[in-house]
Amino acid sequence: MKLFGYRLPGMSSLIVWGLLWELVGQTGLTFFVPPLSEVLVTLFEVIGTPAFQKALSETAIAFFSGVFFAIVIGIPTGILMGKSRLLDELLLPWVNIFLSAPLTALVPVLMVLFGFGMKSIIITTTLFAIWIIILNSRAGVMQINRSLIEMARSFGASPMDAFFKIYVWAALPEILGGVRIGIIRAVKGVIIGQLLISIVGFGALFELYSANFLMAHFWAVLIVLFAMAFMISEIFAYLERRVSYYAAKR
Amino acid sequence: MLTRSLFLKLLSAVIVFGAWQIAGMIPVSYAFPTFMESMDALARMTFDGSLFVAYGETLKPLVVGIAISAVLGISIGLWIGLSQLFDWAFSPIFIVMQAAPLAALIPLLVMAYGIGLTSKVFVVCIMAMPVIVLNTSGAVRNTPESFKEMGASFMADRRQIILKIILPAASPIIFSGLRLGVSAGFIGAILSELKITPTGVGDIITYSRSIADYPSMYAAIFSIIVLAVLFLNLLEMLENYLFEGNNRGYASD
Amino acid sequence: MAMPQTKDAPETATTEIAVSARNISKNYGDVEALRDLTLEFPRGQLTSLLGPSGCGKTTLLKIIAGLLEPTAGEVEVNGKTVTGPGPDRAFVFQDFALLPWASVLRNVAFGLELRGVAKSEREDKAAKYIADVGLAGFEASFPHELSGGMRQRVGLARALSVDAQVLLMDEPFSAVDEQTRRKFQEDLLALVQNENKTFLFVTHSIEEAVYVSDQIAILLPRPSRVSEIIRPSGFRDKGVDNIRRDPEYLDIVDQIWASLRNYVE
Repeated sequence: MKLFGYRLPGMSSLIVWGLLWELVGQTGLTFFVPPLSEVLVTLFEVIGTPAFQKALSETAIAFFSGVFFAIVIGIPTGILMGKSRLLDELLLPWVNIFLSAPLTALVPVLMVLFGFGMKSIIITTTLFAIWIIILNSRAGVMQINRSLIEMARSFGASPMDAFFKIYVWAALPEILGGVRIGIIRAVKGVIIGQLLISIVGFGALFELYSANFLMAHFWAVLIVLFAMAFMISEIFAYLERRVSYYAAKR
Repeated sequence: MLTRSLFLKLLSAVIVFGAWQIAGMIPVSYAFPTFMESMDALARMTFDGSLFVAYGETLKPLVVGIAISAVLGISIGLWIGLSQLFDWAFSPIFIVMQAAPLAALIPLLVMAYGIGLTSKVFVVCIMAMPVIVLNTSGAVRNTPESFKEMGASFMADRRQIILKIILPAASPIIFSGLRLGVSAGFIGAILSELKITPTGVGDIITYSRSIADYPSMYAAIFSIIVLAVLFLNLLEMLENYLFEGNNRGYASD
Repeated sequence: MAMPQTKDAPETATTEIAVSARNISKNYGDVEALRDLTLEFPRGQLTSLLGPSGCGKTTLLKIIAGLLEPTAGEVEVNGKTVTGPGPDRAFVFQDFALLPWASVLRNVAFGLELRGVAKSEREDKAAKYIADVGLAGFEASFPHELSGGMRQRVGLARALSVDAQVLLMDEPFSAVDEQTRRKFQEDLLALVQNENKTFLFVTHSIEEAVYVSDQIAILLPRPSRVSEIIRPSGFRDKGVDNIRRDPEYLDIVDQIWASLRNYVE
């Protein structure tokens, strides 16, 4: 988008939308939309409160553990599926099913099996993230150029060498792509888990705010949450671009 | 080779359901019924009709929400793909929505629209719309340049280029956006039934959990997952059938 | 097509000019793609634009097609200034630009479809040209079911079916394998011979240019200009089988290579 021959930066329209929000808020059109300025002031108040910090740290722990398990289990599983046809044929149908299944429906099961706490939320997060990581790692290994592997073998590479010097690197762009999408899904998973279990983290905070009709607080937390989710996804998109230069050249 | 792959699929199903059965027989948890018990409950609910009543309830917000998201999402996506101004103004919103955990909006929606159908439709819409919009706008923007040049060189006007070149070229990706939207919509529909008010399948899940009728609870969850996966696979097959060859046959191969 | 027959008079000095590009410049931002380029294309003949990659030959062709606008200068086709794409010109694309969702018949008829020609009429016409390019029987096939060579025949039939007087071909055979390409070149010679059309042909192959052209314009890069115009004359009517061993053919190929070799990095 150009204005008077000057290129406007990509996300600059958000400023305009912010101004619009402020205007709508100022007119007092609806109780649910307080002015942006009020929300921002509240935001700085809220960030300092112990309730917010507790919610944030609980969410962070659940998120990072969930993502950790998804990566540690997902990538090796995917690579093995890409290398072994038998394993691939046994597991792929299930991976595909869980990739598209509405995993929200599984949360009640997790709740009765693992209790109304951290454990259920971590497992929810892992469940949201892991399938796409498996699938992408598998795809990454499967698309590796045959001649690259033959090249390594013709120069006398051992299977271990081939694995660490060829497979991992050649599949890296796809693996990272999978991790990025997995992480975006994990953010959604951790929030959905907390909403349904709703006695920990932001789930509890939302209950508190909505019970007391603290609209500005509510929006403030939403902004923090959305901004963090967006930043996480942008950071990984950046990392992915760093390695994708060779993905295009194969 | 077809028999081998079919055999392995069956084998893998037998392993998983067998493991479920054994885990339920041990049992690993008081709340873990066997596979057979769950299937029993599923059969019972199917034959007494309660499952169909429940799905009638569950699918209402889903269908309405998907319909709204499809019409609105594709139109907005088209505009974004065709107009730089729209792209600048609206793309960031949908990009943020795509990355953000929109489920967090549910408490707010409940406050604003109550616990009825409206809120549930809204939940389905906010979950389904971003991917539909982004797929549509991306596909429109990425129409191969040589197609548009070809149209221009044969003197197509703007309307013809949009209707005869850009839209058909974009339709496979728009369709897969719709499929992903339906997938997200399922998540939204179930989430709203579990979070807002228990109705339909969400009601079976919540109610049978509260009276510790775990086989019914597992059966309901099993059925909704099977339904969603079957429907999405059907859409994918339709997609492959409709757009066969569309992604091949561009330049030299 | 009440065009005067000029095919019998190959001496271009007296030949009528179908397309002329005058003082064309084209800048992309700070990059000068073409500078003050002037070139004339005789009616009924095939003119090649030959040069190393990045010399702006495709840019020039797209300016003549009306797909790009020159920064300065103007193009005239049959005495009329070009302001955009027109019915007097048809384009053949390097990557074929076939609609993957449309059958061969619809692809070939697409140019007519855009012009609002009735369905039965345009399909009759398309079927004729499909047969002309040797694809009879493939009307209902889809592009992905065809080989690269066959796809380009579809592209050619589409360009022929709108009955334009000027055919603009942008490296039409570059995505086609060597044997198919040779067959294409022979067919192209017959086409130039039989259709009273003007052909503008972009290529980066020296042999191809010398083989098919009545006139070869050598373009040199950065910024592009016409460095030389060559008109092979002696071997054209010796028959397609003899051209490649004709001494003049070999001399011209060598001469062009000598002037281009310094520009190959």
